[in-house]
Amino acid sequence: MTRMTMIQAIRSAMDNAMERDDDVVVFGEDVGFFGGVFRCTQGLQEKYGRHRCFDAPISESGIVGAAVGMAAFGLRPCVEIQFADYMYPGYDQITQEAARIRYRSNGDFTTPMVVRMPTGGGIFGGQTHSQSPEALFAHVSGIKTVIPSNPYDAKGLLLAAIEDDDPVMFLEPKRLYNGPFDGHHDRPVTPWSKHELGEAPDDYYTVPLGRAAVRREGADVTVLVYGTMVYVAQAAAEEAGVDAEIIDLRTILPLDLETIEASVKKTGRCVIVHEATKTCGFGAELMAVVSEACFYHLEAPIIRVTGYDTPYPHAHEWDYFPGPKRVGAALKKVMEAA
Amino acid sequence: MSDSKPLSLYVPEPEFRPGDTPNFSDVAIPKAGAARRPPVDVEAGDIRDLAYTIIRVMNREGEAVGPWADLLSDEEVKAGLEDMMRVRAFDARMLMAQRQGKTSFYMQALGEEAIACAFSKALRPGDMNFPTYRQQGLLLSSDYPMVDMMNQIYSNAADPLQGRQLPIMYSSKEHGFFTISGNLATQFIQGVGWAMASAIKGDDKIATAWIGEGSTAENDFHSALVFASTYRAPVVLNIVNNQWAISTFQGIARGKAATFASRGLGFGIPSLRVDGNDYLAVYAVAKWAAERARAGHGPTLIEHVTYRMGGHSTSDDPSAYRAKEEATCWPLGDPIDRLKGYLIKRGVWSDAQHHQMQEMLEMQVAEAQKQAEKNGTLHDGPHSSPATMFDDVYKEMPLHLRRQRQESGL
Repeated sequence: MTRMTMIQAIRSAMDNAMERDDDVVVFGEDVGFFGGVFRCTQGLQEKYGRHRCFDAPISESGIVGAAVGMAAFGLRPCVEIQFADYMYPGYDQITQEAARIRYRSNGDFTTPMVVRMPTGGGIFGGQTHSQSPEALFAHVSGIKTVIPSNPYDAKGLLLAAIEDDDPVMFLEPKRLYNGPFDGHHDRPVTPWSKHELGEAPDDYYTVPLGRAAVRREGADVTVLVYGTMVYVAQAAAEEAGVDAEIIDLRTILPLDLETIEASVKKTGRCVIVHEATKTCGFGAELMAVVSEACFYHLEAPIIRVTGYDTPYPHAHEWDYFPGPKRVGAALKKVMEAA
Repeated sequence: MSDSKPLSLYVPEPEFRPGDTPNFSDVAIPKAGAARRPPVDVEAGDIRDLAYTIIRVMNREGEAVGPWADLLSDEEVKAGLEDMMRVRAFDARMLMAQRQGKTSFYMQALGEEAIACAFSKALRPGDMNFPTYRQQGLLLSSDYPMVDMMNQIYSNAADPLQGRQLPIMYSSKEHGFFTISGNLATQFIQGVGWAMASAIKGDDKIATAWIGEGSTAENDFHSALVFASTYRAPVVLNIVNNQWAISTFQGIARGKAATFASRGLGFGIPSLRVDGNDYLAVYAVAKWAAERARAGHGPTLIEHVTYRMGGHSTSDDPSAYRAKEEATCWPLGDPIDRLKGYLIKRGVWSDAQHHQMQEMLEMQVAEAQKQAEKNGTLHDGPHSSPATMFDDVYKEMPLHLRRQRQESGL
């Protein structure tokens, strides 16, 4: 086991994948010689050559569209969109092409590919470097959407995503790249070296897609979270003194329905937390899933704590960000319900 | 206000609308044989003229002339004529089947048969086409079974795509035909990506990508040219300029400023404009571009100048927006008549042989239709089991889909 940041873990995953399989290629804006603006691909070009790790033109539809063609040829492209906020020009290629090639060709063609992108706020990125578009992916049949919350998972999930025979959207919470973040932005930053999940093997391993992880077992309320909000929820539960069961979804599609349902049936209460905007956010789907499956086990209305339905404001980042105070208030509220 | 005049927006209009008598005498048609044939390793900047002219081989007397001529034997040309006639007979039959209510939708390639039929002869097994919906000629000139195409059109029990796709959105990896999207231009960049993959793996296969002139306005056209030129991808990028994008004339995608082929020049991609109704010219240019790609010289952009003689699809009525006689006045003529004239002039073909081939092809198509209808039609069935709609969304069916299938009772 080696101490790793999430950046090092993601790089290590691509390194392992490229070493094991000549068909894995990596490209995107600034990912070649420079190694990516967040340095996730640093050293890969030097090690594997320019034909396997290279810079792409500033064209997200081009990056994803070319990856679809490469995957149809038989490669396993793992491409980077520099920020999730930049994925929209490639959205057509993701949702109507990559997602549907297997289906529309009845399996004649397939497109195993990974689209990596840093997601979420917390770094003063303003409205075009802070978005969390996961619901836009989860709404689409034919792709999988993964959001890791720690270096160990990030590496294992990315290796599983690269090996997966379907297209996978891999959203990396950029606020977690260098350490777990509990939402207390005014406190000193915690590095991954002090966290148990900041350790991962250098060698190949996988973490299966579609499986949630219970980060904290609890009896009172189920908290459904992913990405950065895992740590916010943990801090909030501790500070509010609520015995919460915190479920890190890790893959939001396909969703680990069994783990979610078992937990809510056990606790009878549910709080959903995400950083993305509220209306039609992924929390709405989680709420529906829980209502459909666990309605008669519920002892209180389900509550969502999310970003507000506004663009991500620059100066007011910490007012927008659903921090431990707001999550804690929701936990208390759901416990007070009769 | 200053002394300048108020601005006004220029909105291009086609010259002729319903009721007008079309007159194409001002459309410049260069003489056959006049365009030069450069070496395949030429730089784009050295052949700028070829992006503005029209490369033509067959002259009005039916002779093949100039440096792009004499690449095919008489037997190969006869086979090409048969391919085009097969496409036309197939289209006529399937158009009728749609009118008879046997399927929902059809798109013919009427007047554009030469492009796909000739192009396919420049490719090798293993190469991959990323076609649009009007390149059925790629399949019909390369031994793909007509019955399978019809099964797909009917979405019947033997449909290779299990009834998932709109009619004519074929897919056949084995025959080098990438699954048709139905969305426009998306496949143009995918073809470039496929070609890049071939180069990454040190393979010798090339890709072709296809787009209509109207869809060159899409961002994926631009993405494709950027990627193709940046990485010198072994790809042939084809623009089929059939003058009409449903009801929108080609001027809306470019104004009168340039040709579609000339769009490639800014990317440093050698760009050629060819008479798309001249089977011999299309073949010659396709072969040149394929050779370029295979030799590692990178992409070529080809604008095939043609005319969409029929409606955009069975859901379209062109008499509502364009002059009725346009198709017959079109100065590049009918590709089948022209190739027939060439073969007759060569003394190796006759009206009687032509008529005989026509009858034989109609019989083959009718026979294939009979076979296909044994497997069902869209409206009368049978179809694949409805439960198959849940298959192949993912390789393994996830729990939520398993539950939905179960709840559906299918």
